[in-house]
Amino acid sequence: MSNDKSNFGKWSRRDMLRGLAGIPVLGTVWFAGARTTVNAKKERQQLLETLNINASPPPPTGPMAGDPIRLGIIGFGIRGEQLCRALGFATTKWLKDMKEAAEKNPNDSRLKDFLAQENLNIKISAVCDIFDFNAQRVIDSFSTNDHKVKRFLTYKELIHSKEVDAIVIATPDHWHAPIAMEAINAGVHVYVEKPMTHNVSETYALRDTVLSNPKVVLQLGHQHRQTQSFLTAQDIIAKKVLGHVSLITTNTNRNDDNGAWQYEIHPDASPSTIDWNQFIGNAPMVEFNKEHFFRWRKWWAYGSGLSGDLLSHDYDRLNCVLKMGIPDSVVTSGGIYTHRDGRNVPDVLQVNMDYNDFTTGTSQEEGKEKGMTFVYSATLGNQFERPTYLMGHDGTMELGNAVTVYADARSTKYADLIKEKRIDPSDPIYVYDPSVNGTDAVTSATAKYFANKGLLWTYRDGKRVDPTFLHMREWLSCIRNGGTPSCSIKEGFEEAISSHMAGLSYKIGRRIEWDRATEKIIAKPGEDLDAILTENKERVVV
Amino acid sequence: MEDHKYSTGQLYALVALRLFVGWHFLYEGIIKLYSPSWTAKGYLLSASILKPFFGWLASGSMSSVVDVLNIGALVVVGVSFLIGYKTKWASAIGMGLLLLYYLAHPAFPGLPQGPSEGSYWIVNKNLIELAAIWVIMVFPTAWAFGVENLLAKNKTEVTN
Repeated sequence: MSNDKSNFGKWSRRDMLRGLAGIPVLGTVWFAGARTTVNAKKERQQLLETLNINASPPPPTGPMAGDPIRLGIIGFGIRGEQLCRALGFATTKWLKDMKEAAEKNPNDSRLKDFLAQENLNIKISAVCDIFDFNAQRVIDSFSTNDHKVKRFLTYKELIHSKEVDAIVIATPDHWHAPIAMEAINAGVHVYVEKPMTHNVSETYALRDTVLSNPKVVLQLGHQHRQTQSFLTAQDIIAKKVLGHVSLITTNTNRNDDNGAWQYEIHPDASPSTIDWNQFIGNAPMVEFNKEHFFRWRKWWAYGSGLSGDLLSHDYDRLNCVLKMGIPDSVVTSGGIYTHRDGRNVPDVLQVNMDYNDFTTGTSQEEGKEKGMTFVYSATLGNQFERPTYLMGHDGTMELGNAVTVYADARSTKYADLIKEKRIDPSDPIYVYDPSVNGTDAVTSATAKYFANKGLLWTYRDGKRVDPTFLHMREWLSCIRNGGTPSCSIKEGFEEAISSHMAGLSYKIGRRIEWDRATEKIIAKPGEDLDAILTENKERVVV
Repeated sequence: MEDHKYSTGQLYALVALRLFVGWHFLYEGIIKLYSPSWTAKGYLLSASILKPFFGWLASGSMSSVVDVLNIGALVVVGVSFLIGYKTKWASAIGMGLLLLYYLAHPAFPGLPQGPSEGSYWIVNKNLIELAAIWVIMVFPTAWAFGVENLLAKNKTEVTN
């Protein structure tokens, strides 16, 4: 029999070395890994404490309890259909298509996501679409055994039918304000697509209408206000992490027919299925034209081109973060270079908005904290992705679904930290990535790669959600429980005026200025800004 | 012991290979272990083939289990190779793990290569490390350098 002692006795020093020498190596590697990680974490924690950025919680929205809200849909084209889905109503065809798509590709979660969406306790009770096919789609898809969706031939009949508490407006731009004002005056709540208005004077008229009907809730369709990263970006500005922001660059890059508004023309379209006179509205009368009807975004008479359609989104994204309001002046240039198909809105547009007195605070001596230019650069002839940058004296923020902040090498605020090598200007000092739990001061090349791949969504309580759903829910919550939605008349007024200034500068070919005291766009003697903006020509010689 | 007749040079080379691979596995595991926000979700979601499988691994309930198993496997393989204990079992785990890494982002022509510091065609570093573990598996060295050396002696003594 042997015992432990005798066993040990069998091992020579050499045996012990050969048996156990791996253990100190193990300890060393473990210690090195742990120390590196823990130290890096401590450094990051200190940096985050210095920056003190808190990802703001989303604005609270209330319960959807009570009687169902009765909704009227005005305009059921591409966007109208998307908005209805965000409200929980998908057409029979879409449901069928998505079911097939999910069967083909189990990773296609569009149907699953749609079905998982919260019930907003609403009833689509009425529709007004001047194309028979679209109106019929709503009736066929959204009617139930209990109620049939009623079709109205004009928006006025729908609004005054007493069948609706609220309406969704997804019409061409030149109908946004007239329909919104009719509804608000009738006490009907409004969700309207962007841009809020089609010309300058109706922007004031709509503001007056909203302000004199305080019980009516207006929400403008800039759904990105619900994106969590924008709320985080607000806090970054508030904490003066970037210092004095002197330049913002934001972009649109598209390179396909759909992105250039070359939408499909429906085979059923004819003067007998489309109420042409109603489509024209306040635009100059022309003969029935299918292209104008389905591709209205290509003409100033019905749409607003890049300035109203897409600049408005980018402008509002930044106005949501910075609350910079209307610019002092705007200069726009561009042209129709790729899509020479008879359109008169530009397909390349560069807008420079100047804010002489705007400030985001400063770390420098007094006198260096004012002034900012917002640059919007767009092309419909290339789709290379260019991120949005907010460029400050102390740092740069890249703003998308994720937020990344870099310190500037010549920053005053971070000068000491950079000198101590605790901040490397080529590495982010802050990253907010909604698809990952928590925030991190530095991210790896891999993480950056995945972020750029677009594996990011807007998240709420760990669940992937559609910002349009959140935006409409906020509107419905304000109708039910009171409060003001995040994109109401103040924001809408600023969006519309700023977009119109950009459009006017393009059409006239000169700098357009804003008189802050009188709240007026400065017109030269004899200039009718509304007529210039909506005249159905690419440029207007004044 | 008598089964393994390596020359001294062969033995040293094989032990060095085992220690280096173990070192790499352990360090990768420890870095992840001490980084609570680390997750394989992005790597799995961006898989270029077998998307349903890797998507399932990255899904809500599975994701955290997968992260724990991944870290656990890395540390276990690392410790085993460094101290020289149960290296055959650890080799199987390590090869399985590397095979999963490889399959999520294989270096096949025509597939996106993802983040990497080199150029690869079919064979990449995951596959090479897999082959290295294969060598470790079929040319064991723990009997000569590792805890198994002591245990084997112990066993011999006890049973005799």
